Amino acid sequence: MSKTKEVKAKEPLFHIVARDVMHPGASFGIRVAAFVVALLLSALFVWVTVKVDLITFLKTMFRGAFGMDKVFEAEGFENAWTALLSSYMWATLKAAAKLLIIAVALGPAFKMRFWNVGAEGQVIIGAMAAAFVMYHYSTMPGPLLLLVMLVVSILAGGIWGLIPAFFKTKLNTNETLFTLMMNYIAMKIADYFYNLWRGAKSALGMINQTSRAGWLRSLWSGKDAAWFRNEDLWFMIIVLVFTVLMFFYLKSTKQGYEIAVVGESHNTARYAGISVTKVMLRTMAISGAICGICGFLLVSSQSHTINSAMAGGFGFTAIIVAWLSKFNSFTMIGTSVLIVALQNGSMLMANTYSDRGFSPSAADVIVAIMLLMVIGCEFFIKYRVMFKHSAKEAKA
Amino acid sequence: MIIWIQKAISFAAFIMLAALGELLSERSGSLNLGTPGTLCVGASVGFITAFNYCKSVETPNMFELLVLILLSSFAAGAIMGIIFAFFTVSLRINQNVVGLVMTILGTGLAEFLSVYFIESTTGNVRCDPAYYLFTAKIPFLSDKLGIVSDLLFNYGFMFYVTIVLAVVMMLFLNRTRAGLNLRSVGENPGTADAAGISVSKYRYLAAGIGSGISGLAGIYCVLEFKSGAWATSDIITIEAFGWLAVALVIFAMWKPLNLLWGSFVFGICYWAYLYLPNLLGVKMSDDLTRMLPYIITIVVLIVVSLRKKKENLGPEALGLSYFREER
Amino acid sequence: MAEQNTQITAIRIQNVTKSFGTKVVANKDVTMDIYRGEILSLLGENGSGKTTLMNMLAGIYFPDSGEIFVNGKPVSIRSPYDAHALGIGMIHQHFKLVDVFTAAENVVLGLKEEGKFNLAAAGKRIKEICDAYGFDIHPEQKVYDMTVSQKQTLEIVKALYRGAEILILDEPTAVLTPQEADKLFSVLRNMKAAGKTVIIITHKLQEVLAISDRVAILRKGEFVGAVPTSEATELSLTEMMVGKKVELNIERPDPVDPTLRLQVRNLSCHNHEGLPVLQNVNFDIYGGEIFGIAGISGCGQKELLEAIAGLQRVDENSEIIYDAPDGKRESLIGKSPKKIKEMGVSLSFVPEDRLGMGLVGSMGMVGNMLLKDYRRGHTPLTETKPSKELAEEVREELEVVTPSLNTPVRRLSGGNVQKVLVGREIAAAPAVLLTAYAVRGLDINTSYTIYHLLNEQKKKGVAVVYVGEDLDVLLALSDKILVLCGGKVSGLVDARTTTKEEIGYLMTNLPEEVHTDAKPEEAAKEDGQQ
Repeated sequence: MSKTKEVKAKEPLFHIVARDVMHPGASFGIRVAAFVVALLLSALFVWVTVKVDLITFLKTMFRGAFGMDKVFEAEGFENAWTALLSSYMWATLKAAAKLLIIAVALGPAFKMRFWNVGAEGQVIIGAMAAAFVMYHYSTMPGPLLLLVMLVVSILAGGIWGLIPAFFKTKLNTNETLFTLMMNYIAMKIADYFYNLWRGAKSALGMINQTSRAGWLRSLWSGKDAAWFRNEDLWFMIIVLVFTVLMFFYLKSTKQGYEIAVVGESHNTARYAGISVTKVMLRTMAISGAICGICGFLLVSSQSHTINSAMAGGFGFTAIIVAWLSKFNSFTMIGTSVLIVALQNGSMLMANTYSDRGFSPSAADVIVAIMLLMVIGCEFFIKYRVMFKHSAKEAKA
Repeated sequence: MIIWIQKAISFAAFIMLAALGELLSERSGSLNLGTPGTLCVGASVGFITAFNYCKSVETPNMFELLVLILLSSFAAGAIMGIIFAFFTVSLRINQNVVGLVMTILGTGLAEFLSVYFIESTTGNVRCDPAYYLFTAKIPFLSDKLGIVSDLLFNYGFMFYVTIVLAVVMMLFLNRTRAGLNLRSVGENPGTADAAGISVSKYRYLAAGIGSGISGLAGIYCVLEFKSGAWATSDIITIEAFGWLAVALVIFAMWKPLNLLWGSFVFGICYWAYLYLPNLLGVKMSDDLTRMLPYIITIVVLIVVSLRKKKENLGPEALGLSYFREER
Repeated sequence: MAEQNTQITAIRIQNVTKSFGTKVVANKDVTMDIYRGEILSLLGENGSGKTTLMNMLAGIYFPDSGEIFVNGKPVSIRSPYDAHALGIGMIHQHFKLVDVFTAAENVVLGLKEEGKFNLAAAGKRIKEICDAYGFDIHPEQKVYDMTVSQKQTLEIVKALYRGAEILILDEPTAVLTPQEADKLFSVLRNMKAAGKTVIIITHKLQEVLAISDRVAILRKGEFVGAVPTSEATELSLTEMMVGKKVELNIERPDPVDPTLRLQVRNLSCHNHEGLPVLQNVNFDIYGGEIFGIAGISGCGQKELLEAIAGLQRVDENSEIIYDAPDGKRESLIGKSPKKIKEMGVSLSFVPEDRLGMGLVGSMGMVGNMLLKDYRRGHTPLTETKPSKELAEEVREELEVVTPSLNTPVRRLSGGNVQKVLVGREIAAAPAVLLTAYAVRGLDINTSYTIYHLLNEQKKKGVAVVYVGEDLDVLLALSDKILVLCGGKVSGLVDARTTTKEEIGYLMTNLPEEVHTDAKPEEAAKEDGQQ
């Protein structure tokens, strides 16, 4: 016989319900609030550790992020341009561009709900391919060499993206773990060539230092204006072009539409006659290819060399950017600038107060605190916390 | 050859310890990509504690030192795990995203704390008492048994702790009620919830304790593998070991006992470039052999999904937040 | 059987009401008794509130009002755990099992027993339970190695292990083969012999008569009555279940010039578990008529429509032939939806799972209008202009209430979601329109809008297939009604002359000899196109 015991109803203190969709203004407000809280928390961290007050903290952060010392004071465009190039602002924009293009590359994959955490590796393998061509075929005519570099980068990155996608579609292999592993394989390949080419030297240095073969700037002659010959500028412009293209690719093309449907429901995709396998393979090839292009740009216009740390962890940070931006390329611009600004601002903090025990790594800590807050606030955008009222306790 | 195996084993041990922590967390359904960061924090906090303790007393009491080191590393790791759990379980944020941020936080924090509390930004810092403590070998067994001594008894106490822990973990997961509950949470949180098991509680505990164990692996790595020397430049190496530990969990197909030989295989690969060329008489790059663990992990990943044997595919709910639908 | 009952009340449900949201009342003022040691069948059509009522006993839902007494004492069952404590165990249609665990591990999962954790001892007790009732599962067996029937058995063992005295089974035979069902019944009889109370939720009359002592009938959420099985016949039960015919004011224009549009021959298919879900289904559909399909849910309706739409893999020898209005004949077998569209077959499909299959929840009306036509145009860009116009048109004509054309359709109410879906499918000017449960969950007004739209299509000469669950509607709307029972055709009737009872009977009974009007020779000619 069953025991008839009085069952006391235990009501939880609060319960959580999913929101439909929050008003865009409100969700923006929450994000701003989270950001402010994060700034204050970081300020507190800074205050406790190195006794720097809030105002100085904010000032230093801002200067480190967007400082344009001597740019406006400079006389004439040429001088202002030179000052800009060495300003904090320029460094931020440059790094943001690098972060942005990787995030843009991840956009379509994530929109399709394919967890590509392999961007780091896809960038490195793209860079590696470009560097390989640059190293071994430096005698090719400049433009052709760059073109070949570009093509092999696209192929390398694309293949690096396709491999996990292939196994995902065929065997339903876990793509997160797979792409994660692919990162390290790419890094080790880069290490291998780095050490191979380095030979007995202590470091590889820039490839084709004297001939500048395969350098983006080799395309321009000395007659062009200084700003026009700036490789960073071209890097940023190309990144922006990709950002705009990706935005419209996802928004206005048939393929972009297919990605959206596949990401939403495989059943609906089948219903609409969309081949999930095909879309998945194609999208990952594109995602990897853009990472490959990023690798090409890094080699041809930024580092002119190769090493396993050349993506600088941006392949991982870009995941956070893409996720926070809800896969919208334009939102990614702001998010990338913001994250890099935080990084660079904190870096200046760290450098300024290194005598008080701050190290560059303090920058990582500040950035991580900020990211945790901004990520955490997504919860409040997606869910509503409801406290139980005693009214519900009324006797049934 | 024997040195190779020895080195492989001592490498294997701390990777295995780190992997044990990650494994516990993954069996509860949390793919904690913050483990590399956790490893660094554990290493840093543990070393800072040891260093400052040794500085503060004339002759360090070995027992106190041991307890302090283990406790601080574990606690530091556990805090990392609990933060991870708070964001992924309570706030239901994507595990990959949170994990990656935790790794940024962990590596940053590790370096920051070490610079802040040890007050030396460059070069190696040593803490010899702690080093001796961790590398002390078992008398008699370690030198009187010939090759057996060389291969099996030539390591510090953590090696044996790690092996015991792997067995304990296996027993816990397979033979206890809590272990059963934990696995059910990782496999099918909906069913676990319906059976009255608190999904949140188990995920918090698994992430906390698991990360604590990973934290221990961090200090173990510094004090034994890195020979008791600490430099902030090592953090990047430790982080890389953390990723290797994540790979190892997959390679071991989420089973604690598989870690025993899996980590050994990783260790062999790691050192292969030093010894294999001599044995085979070929030139070999360390970079390529160190790539092997990742490649074989992928092969394992593919093979298990090919065989479709359910136990080997990993916890079914790995990486997924759980949200009970309320009507 | 019934007269041997001592008739001690085990559970009393008193004036229980439960509603979801503001519109749907699942149970209305239900009062009924369940006696100790009996096998009670809870009978009713789909959506009659059987499962909801039982879920309240199992602690899944909590009643809005009313009381539940167990062994005479009022109880409050707020969780499955409370239900266990009261000796109530429910076996749901979706099993709550961990696949990689053994039977024993699943059984002890979540139990807060005192003492050492001992799987071996638990295994022994499980073995005892299995032996006592004749279950064929082994404690060491992994769930993923089990058949559906074994999984169900395991759920029963789980309940018994927890000391259940009252066992509720939700449509237990729906997933079983006839042989397995027989085995289940003998087990249930053993349990009754051991003094347990068993409630089975079902809508299969033969089962009711075969196994139960008493039948309780629910209709549209209300308790209709309970009768001893010995006094019931299939006919009397059908009448109680379906109720008196309700006259609905749905227009039914006579078919104008019906022309053969779709021939289905020997259609068979299997589900993932390898069980047959459709067996040798044959019928013809004509343009200008509404072809109703009736049947208990899960009798192959979904697969039937999806097979026609190119979404379901079918067995060899199955044939689906499309006769275009211009006289061309095409086989649809083995063609993807995309292929079917490219062949110029204008087929529209309103699937049962609106947001999971027919629409993209995160997109607005415009994006959803694009779903089937996004390939339009020769550029790589999507052409949204026609879709925008269409969305505007659909919104206006069907009075879709939405904040904007770009508001994610997931946020719209059920009725509006369905209008968007139906609107799009009709706008494609189909020759065949397949609809599955087109009015499920909709209010009366929207339902009538949908009926009207279907009739409009019919007048245009479209072959409309209407899979429905409300027999009154089927009778009032359709021209012909095909009745499915367990994946087979149990009858094809003229909707104007048939009765509700006849359909109700066919839904639960397979005639001895399934008569078909297959014309194999004729159909075979079209085979070459595959």
